[in-house]
Amino acid sequence: MRQRRRTWQTLLATTATLTVAAVALTGCGGTATDAGSSPKAAASFEGKGPINYVSNRDASGAANKTIEEWNAAHPNEKVTFIELPDSADQQRQQLIQNAQIKLDTFSVLNLDVVWTSEFAANKWILPLPDDAIPTDTMIPATVNAATYRDSLVGAPYYTDGALFYFRQDLLTAAGIAAPPKTWDEMKAACEKILALPEAAGMSCYTGQFDKNEALTVNFAEAVASAGGTVVDAEGKPTVSTAEAKAGLNLLVNGFKDGMFPSDAITYLEEQGRRAFQDGKLVFMRNWPFLHASLSATDGSSKVAGKFDITSIPGTDGPGVSTLGGRSLAISPFTPNKATALEFVKFFTSEEQAQKRLALSSRAPVYASLFEDPAVVAKRPFFPTLLTSLNNAQPRPKVVQYGATTKAIQEEAYAAITGAKDTDTALNDMQAKLTELTK
Amino acid sequence: MTTTTAPSAGPQTGTPQPATPRKRGNRSPGEGRMAAMLLSPTILVLALVIVYPLLSAVHQSLFRAETGLDADGFVSEVESFVGLANYADLFVGESGRRFLNAFANTTFFTVTTVFLETVLGLCLALAMNRAFRGRSFLRASILVPWAVPTAVSGLLWRWIFQSDGIANNLLGSEILWTAEGNASKLAVIIAEVWKTAPFIGLLVLAGMQIIPGEVYEAAKIDGAGWWRQLGSITLPLVKPTLLVAVLFRMLDALRMFDLPFVLIGPGKESVETLSMLAWDESNQLRYGSASAFAVMLFLYVAVVAIVFVKVLGADVTGAKELKRISKKSRIKATRTQKAEATR
Repeated sequence: MRQRRRTWQTLLATTATLTVAAVALTGCGGTATDAGSSPKAAASFEGKGPINYVSNRDASGAANKTIEEWNAAHPNEKVTFIELPDSADQQRQQLIQNAQIKLDTFSVLNLDVVWTSEFAANKWILPLPDDAIPTDTMIPATVNAATYRDSLVGAPYYTDGALFYFRQDLLTAAGIAAPPKTWDEMKAACEKILALPEAAGMSCYTGQFDKNEALTVNFAEAVASAGGTVVDAEGKPTVSTAEAKAGLNLLVNGFKDGMFPSDAITYLEEQGRRAFQDGKLVFMRNWPFLHASLSATDGSSKVAGKFDITSIPGTDGPGVSTLGGRSLAISPFTPNKATALEFVKFFTSEEQAQKRLALSSRAPVYASLFEDPAVVAKRPFFPTLLTSLNNAQPRPKVVQYGATTKAIQEEAYAAITGAKDTDTALNDMQAKLTELTK
Repeated sequence: MTTTTAPSAGPQTGTPQPATPRKRGNRSPGEGRMAAMLLSPTILVLALVIVYPLLSAVHQSLFRAETGLDADGFVSEVESFVGLANYADLFVGESGRRFLNAFANTTFFTVTTVFLETVLGLCLALAMNRAFRGRSFLRASILVPWAVPTAVSGLLWRWIFQSDGIANNLLGSEILWTAEGNASKLAVIIAEVWKTAPFIGLLVLAGMQIIPGEVYEAAKIDGAGWWRQLGSITLPLVKPTLLVAVLFRMLDALRMFDLPFVLIGPGKESVETLSMLAWDESNQLRYGSASAFAVMLFLYVAVVAIVFVKVLGADVTGAKELKRISKKSRIKATRTQKAEATR
């Protein structure tokens, strides 16, 4: 008898659990038809108490240090770190699903700069009060990336820009005094260098050309460096222009002329790093985080001490970098908005940014921190990076960023693989983007 | 004994109905209620985890969110009922092109990988079925590819297939496996077959192990060679197991997602499958068309499963076995009844 009762209890418990799971699942899949409460009412930033900070993993532990410091000073307004998966797609999906069901557990969100418009337009994040964030001391591009339609919706947290890595030893050997500032200079330099006996078997340049978000970055940089834009200030696509064509042609011709290694079409950051590190490339566009492994002196890098960095090349002068990085935003569904705002201010303050510098290699958003001699001694690329960031542009600021970057990748990839000619690819891209930004 | 009853089963197959009511009548009234009660949690769970999500997906696929921006730049979303428009869109324009491409890829991968892994799996099973030293070691090591999570094996093969990777080194070639094109299709097929042939191999091995050794001894005495034994004994006797294994693999291959996603990357048209397409659509927050893709995939899988079971007679649910047993007991019952009547 007892045996049977237990079986029934197990069955009931299982059924109940599955019911809950199924309801939760369907809740996540549903579409929120109304896009949240009115922004004015929500933007009053009231309520104090514990909150949750939702973010990607921070391997350096620097973010945790800041949170510990906050928690020690605010025992009644403790912050809990909720860690999201490593993949940016999955992070975005979880954040969106929680916003769609208006879950109040996600208070402060760590957003990639390209999600800003989408989250702001859907009212999944709150506009921040004027003067809450010291934007005048921050690098303008990072503030621009956290702004949606003239209102600041995120507090810039860290940033990232392109660096141009080059082989100083080979430049010297070929008798070239200064690193190239334009694509033409780069081409001329390559011709000289590749003729040297010590450059046998090398290629000239690579960026990241696999069909991936990185291709959007490289395409946007090429277009901006040629004086064009992908979308204009009103958010309308502008890729069927002569400038955009000149930009894309730089990449297309790079493959055609053999300036880029033919397998660069499969390169992401890592493959490019390996090729450069093994001494197969003269020039490379990549992110700052590679600097440490390229200068490793343990024998893993064949180019340690032989390379240098500068800004990426453009058409007439230095090129325009695209901006990476993250900002912190506040969910309108959290009850403790006052605490959330205070925490965001604390977390993104210059003081905390400076403390994090000792632990994390992520670049701060305060320009003043790039020139501290102690910091520069540890991270010699910081002054160059600051130049790059001062000249940087955000990626297309559109609400449907996911579909936009897909369309850009699709067409740019077709052009550089030779499946479409530049004009057709750009016209098709313009048509697709027009449809998406309607 | 049993062999004599088998032929007489033939003409009776057309009339199973009269037997059923009598059987039901034999049951005590409490028995049916008990059965229903015992089954109800299962049915409830199935309804919750299968029927409800399915109906919800079908429902969702009839709607479309028309997003636009208002004057302040905020999203004004109107979700309107569009009937079957999401389905009609699967065959026209840009989304139609992507759908048909994904459909063709899914079918191509299913046919090629399942064929190759069946052949390879059979060979593995034949090799493992022979008695030799270290057989258990071989069996365990063959299981390794199947035990590796698909996403991890995707990464592993990505490393092998990168432009300066092992594959190109061995072949002395410069094939760009992970770029768009036929090479990427081949890369997916190779990785998928490597991963799943052991599954078929082990299932078929289990089928082979239950073939009694006397059958082979008798065949040997009759002078049958290895090929003859394979064709006349092994293959026919493992056929039921093999069919179930192939069906499982086909249903799995039709849902293929993580291997091409990790190995080649999302958004690469030459390897985009229906699951990847549905994922991509839902990632763009277009739940209506994503549901339509998912429902189409569900229907495709269902049709393939039904056709496979009907045409090739794979005994997945054990229904045939059940029928045979019930038939046997029925015949026994009629016999005893007849015997009683004559007495």
